[in-house]
Amino acid sequence: MKIFNHIQLAYQAMMRNRMRGILTMLGIVIGVAAVIVIGAAGEGAKYSIKATLASMGTNLIMVTPLSNDPGGTRLQSEELQTLTLKDIKAIEERSLYVSAISPSSQSEGQAIHGALNWPTTIEGVNEKFLPIRNWSLKSGTMFTEKDVKTYAKVCVLGQTVVNHLFSKGIDPIGKIIRFGKLPLQVIGVLNIKGQSAFGQDQDDVILSPYTTVQKRVTASVYFGGIYASAKSEALSDAATKEIVDLLRLTHRLRAEESNDFEVLTQVEMLRTLNTVTGLLTILLMGIAGISLLIGGIGIMNIMYVTVKERTREIGLRMSIGARGRDILSQFLIEAVLISVSGGITGIILGQLNALIVEKLMHWPVAALTYPMLISFSFCTLIGIFFGYYPALKASRLDPIEALRYE
Amino acid sequence: MMNDILVLDNIKRDFRRGDDMIRVLKGISFHIGAGEFVTIMGSSGSGKTTLLNTLGCLDKPTEGTYLLDGTNVGLLSRDELARLRNRKIGFVFQAYNLLPRTSALDNVALPLFYNPAISASERKERAAAALEAVGLRERMQHTPNELSGGQQQRVAIARALVNEPVMILADEATGNLDTRTSYEIMALMQELNTVQGKTIVFVTHEPDIAAFSSRTIVLRDGLIVKDNDNPDIHPARQMLEELPLMDDY
Ligand SMILES: Nc1ncnc2c1ncn2[C@@H]1O[C@H](COP(=O)(O)OP(=O)(O)OP(=O)(O)O)[C@@H](O)[C@H]1O
Ligand SMILES: [Mg+2]
Repeated sequence: MKIFNHIQLAYQAMMRNRMRGILTMLGIVIGVAAVIVIGAAGEGAKYSIKATLASMGTNLIMVTPLSNDPGGTRLQSEELQTLTLKDIKAIEERSLYVSAISPSSQSEGQAIHGALNWPTTIEGVNEKFLPIRNWSLKSGTMFTEKDVKTYAKVCVLGQTVVNHLFSKGIDPIGKIIRFGKLPLQVIGVLNIKGQSAFGQDQDDVILSPYTTVQKRVTASVYFGGIYASAKSEALSDAATKEIVDLLRLTHRLRAEESNDFEVLTQVEMLRTLNTVTGLLTILLMGIAGISLLIGGIGIMNIMYVTVKERTREIGLRMSIGARGRDILSQFLIEAVLISVSGGITGIILGQLNALIVEKLMHWPVAALTYPMLISFSFCTLIGIFFGYYPALKASRLDPIEALRYE
Repeated sequence: MMNDILVLDNIKRDFRRGDDMIRVLKGISFHIGAGEFVTIMGSSGSGKTTLLNTLGCLDKPTEGTYLLDGTNVGLLSRDELARLRNRKIGFVFQAYNLLPRTSALDNVALPLFYNPAISASERKERAAAALEAVGLRERMQHTPNELSGGQQQRVAIARALVNEPVMILADEATGNLDTRTSYEIMALMQELNTVQGKTIVFVTHEPDIAAFSSRTIVLRDGLIVKDNDNPDIHPARQMLEELPLMDDY
């Protein structure tokens, strides 16, 4: 018997019970839509992380202090006292692969200009900081080596700080702002960088000479971190190793002692973040997968009920010439039709939702073909798998018994 | 005989229920020639339905041989039986057994789906022709719940005819219908028998229905007690016209 005949019979049977078909589909629709949205959002997150990290410069190397005392209290990196100017000097003088290096001393506080104020972060750095981070100035200048040496009270503002401290149309260059009690003259404004991969506003920052920040704000000779730039992306690993060796030397660590700092490269961060988002996506996909499975069990339930309810119909079909395998095919195709139409509806709904996520969260949502293909084939398999036993049961009915069934 | 369409020789059918053996058919032999209109009568439980199921290849006898149009049915597989039912037999049931929420046309076309030789357009044509033959040309798109009992039974008869079977088997096909409608169905049956030459085996327990056939076989307790040709076949169409109008209620 031609497959098309079977499909037509199954379709007719399904249309005889539209509401039930739709309700059965619902589980599959929700499951597939969830898989699509989560898949697309996860891929979008990866993509945006990659994009921001790339904009931060792929040569970037970051050093943060670390407690190497396994029993010691965990402290925030600003409070860990391991990185000093000596480390910067050692790397500057002896490194072969590092092109530029800047310390970083951060502190939170209130920035004030006139009647306006804004809670923000001051970051004390040196004059080489901007190219290391791949940042640039929109207007004004960066402070100089001389400014650093003379503890100059100057600063460069991120756009967010400018927006909150200055009314529209006012040029902040040359104006004096205060960070806490410290008066600072604005000499430059940074270009907008937007959010980081972690959702942090990178424009909410005030840059000042680290000397000024250390003396007047943090009152500490220790740095919260070091930024360095490898001579090229290819030398990034070599530069990292060099920094580790030099820091161990200046920190006088013995061979058995572990590092009291941590070196992170952009490449590594990318890897870590991808693993994290990947794991999260897989986890959520798993949950979505379970809902698909439940949808499949729903199909099996309904198919069993259908076979029971339509026993007389099965008997009739057999009496007019349907073979066992014709009945099997019809019920199997009915189950597959339900799960596949559920799957298609789910894919459409999922894509629509993915677009909504894109609009609302400004995530570039990747329209992926592979979750679609996977959910589609998965639905077909679910239909076959969960439809098979009820269909087999139907095909094995005795025509006389079935016709007698009340 | 050359043109015997059904040949039954000592057919027995036992049902096993646990340790009990229920003997329903106890050795039945008869021939039915092509073009005969046979009614099978007998009291309830005498084995009429069991015999008809055997004739219709829905059931196999425990013992005995059954030749349908020259084929020994006892030797066929389940699938071959299904094929035989599809090509050679048209069933009409007491309960109509139409698919609900399905048009008369689609109901009638159903047996043709199980015949791969027939194309979709041919299916439609033949279903429409069969409905026309039972006088339901105007009702093709109606679903069973929009039709009267008599009309539903006529749809079922059209379904039995659509595959051009050699014989029609009916099990109390007028059992649910009033006298007038029963006569209408019987008139249709007589026309199919005389005009189209269809062989008909019709189970009933109403003697006035049996009077429309050319031969009556009476069963009792699984055995044939009477097998008579009918010397005085009632013309159903004519009797229908003579029915007192009182019966219209
Ligand atoms: N599958 C079965 N298992 C056991 N007994 C059966 C089975 N089918 C039929 N019988 C028995 O066979 C006997 C004859 O049944 P059958 O249905 O053939 O009677 P019938 O002549 O058609 O009666 P009615 O006029 O009431 O329809 C009954 O006693 C019934 O109980
Ligand atoms: Mg009966």
